[in-house]
Amino acid sequence: MGLKGGKARIALGGLMVLLAASPACAIDGSEIARNGTQTGAPACAACHGDDGGGSIEGGFPRLAGLSVGYLTHELDSFGDGSRENETMGAIAQALTSDERRAVAAYYAGLPAPKAAEASAPDGAISSRGRNLAETGDWSRGVPACGQCHGPAGQGVGAAFPALAGQPAAYLMAQLSAWKTGTRHNDPLGLMKGIADKLSDQDGAAVSAYYAALPASQVGDSR
Amino acid sequence: MSLTRHGAASLATVLALGLTLALPQIGAAGADREGAVPPFVPPPDSAIPDDDLGKVIRLGEHIFHDTRNQAPAFVGNDLRCTNCHLDRGRLGHSAPLWAAYVTYPAYRAKNRHVNTFAERLQGCFRYSMNGKAPPLGDPVLVALESYAAFLAHGAPVGVKLPGQGYPKLTKPKGLDIPHGREVYAAKCALCHGENGAGQASSDGTLVFPPLWGGRSYNWGAGMSSVVNAAGFIKANMPLGQGNSLTDAEAWDVAAYIDSRERPQDPRFTGDLAATRAAHHDSPYDFYGQTVDGVTLGAQSSPAGTVAR
Ligand code: HEC
Ligand code: HEC
Ligand code: HEC
Ligand code: HEC
Repeated sequence: MGLKGGKARIALGGLMVLLAASPACAIDGSEIARNGTQTGAPACAACHGDDGGGSIEGGFPRLAGLSVGYLTHELDSFGDGSRENETMGAIAQALTSDERRAVAAYYAGLPAPKAAEASAPDGAISSRGRNLAETGDWSRGVPACGQCHGPAGQGVGAAFPALAGQPAAYLMAQLSAWKTGTRHNDPLGLMKGIADKLSDQDGAAVSAYYAALPASQVGDSR
Repeated sequence: MSLTRHGAASLATVLALGLTLALPQIGAAGADREGAVPPFVPPPDSAIPDDDLGKVIRLGEHIFHDTRNQAPAFVGNDLRCTNCHLDRGRLGHSAPLWAAYVTYPAYRAKNRHVNTFAERLQGCFRYSMNGKAPPLGDPVLVALESYAAFLAHGAPVGVKLPGQGYPKLTKPKGLDIPHGREVYAAKCALCHGENGAGQASSDGTLVFPPLWGGRSYNWGAGMSSVVNAAGFIKANMPLGQGNSLTDAEAWDVAAYIDSRERPQDPRFTGDLAATRAAHHDSPYDFYGQTVDGVTLGAQSSPAGTVAR
């Protein structure tokens, strides 16, 4: 299921490359990122940064270096409402599915920004965050975040996004979105099941932990 | 010593909690058998003593979690102990170390003699890790045994504790491999990959372990028996969603993954039928049988592929 979807996405991604090569149907992802589209999508860079690195102040996520499959899935989710967000919902709806894939491929190909700017949190919060990330809390049925998101929060394939170097406020907001049900686009309900078991303090600690981890420098074309 | 004190204290706490929690339950809802026996809670990491024993316990924990890098001479695949014994050997119904430790020495039908705990650990390397058994007394075995003993601190000896081993599911009428394939595609492939080979992050770190093929457990491993695999899967998979599959789904998906090729049984004599008869004579074991056109065990990659 999920995997077949992934394959289809990869196949389409390949198709995009072919299409992009023929001038008639060329869709330039970098053009959308910098200037938006004629049909009303604004420049992504305005919020997500010129380098796709996101913004700590605005709580805008980084897009650079995330996987094509994941970014496309998110744009589709904003578009169909399985991830509710006024701003991104309108933007995704203004993009055709080909445009979504083109801009996703553009960001996936950008290097992740260098070291995270957030400073590491202090003692107790930091060890709680690190514990959840590396060991989990199995007494409450919570696996380690790293078991799905990779031991350094670097992300795995198209389904499991990188968490390292995302703004803490953004990560927190996503955990709440699963709890309240405004985000329900995760395969097998995997992330909903986990977010439901985390307290607000857990969420804050683990978000601060990942925000302070450097983003992996390796891009992911899957 | 701090270890002893802590162990005793935690057992006392558990007993006290068990009494206050279990009694009202029995009174109110009749016999809640599980509730009547308080689950054993292994001591926390912070109770590991700060001395020479503590160092070895920590090494054992490290080996259990990062087996390939910490014991490279004995590991021949891409698995770690903790892949099948979750939460670093702590989680009940995931064959936890604390429950195992207190039941050895034990007679094992697998090799028809009484095994010490260390000998049991040797088997894990030979079969589950498709590697080589560390010699008795090897620092790797000493460290793992010390870690298991630490986790068992305060547990009664010789008692089968609740949560020991993997759950034993009621035997099904039959095993439906095509159904298992569907369950696999819907609920497992996302992580373990369509071809069962597991999945790495783009920097090459293996995150989801392989279920079959040359880098997984071999044909002699406990997990190659559908009975063990079904119990493990029912209680623990998909990750974070234990006990969400029906028994039929767990049996059939276990049959599906245990009817794919994997490294050879180290006890293979060169005669597939004889090896099946000697070690695999069960309807829950596909070694030597032909499934989806493949005679399992006939084309297996070699056992014990550790570089010397
Ligand atoms: C006005 C600001 C703004 C603009 C412009 C904008 N975004 Fe966003 N974007 C956001 C916010 C805010 C979020 C977080 C939404 C949430 O909390 O769910 C977000 C989230 C995303 C995500 C999800 C990232 C993740 O890690 O899950 C993607 C993908 C994305 N935007 C793509 C784009 C693209 C492509 C464009 C340009 C076509 C764009 N955005 C333009 C504000 C913006
Ligand atoms: C069982 C696997 C699994 C585990 C364990 C897991 N996650 Fe997730 N997580 C997912 C999946 C799948 C997604 C992507 C959902 C989607 O398709 O949008 C996700 C997405 C997220 C996101 C959104 C990222 C973004 O860019 O929008 C956050 C934040 C997150 N997880 C935090 C955590 C934290 C914190 C933990 C540990 C407490 C954790 N996850 C453990 C599976 C998991
Ligand atoms: C592929 C999965 C797998 C891996 C990897 C694995 N084991 Fe096991 N282990 C099993 C199975 C299956 C059993 C049998 C459980 C039963 O009979 O109920 C078992 C049993 C055990 C037992 C006895 C449990 C009991 O309650 O009697 C111990 C101790 C043990 N393993 C230790 C280890 C160690 C140490 C490692 C790493 C060197 C390891 N295992 C790696 C699957 C695995
Ligand atoms: C969200 C990702 C995810 C999903 C979905 C998932 N698994 Fe796993 N599985 C894991 C992880 C991670 C481990 C290792 C656990 C650990 O190290 O703590 C594992 C371990 C295993 C193991 C023991 C280790 C090995 O390699 O043999 C088996 C068997 C297994 N899974 C079978 C399944 C089956 C069958 C399904 C579908 C019903 C499934 N898994 C679904 C992530 C997943």
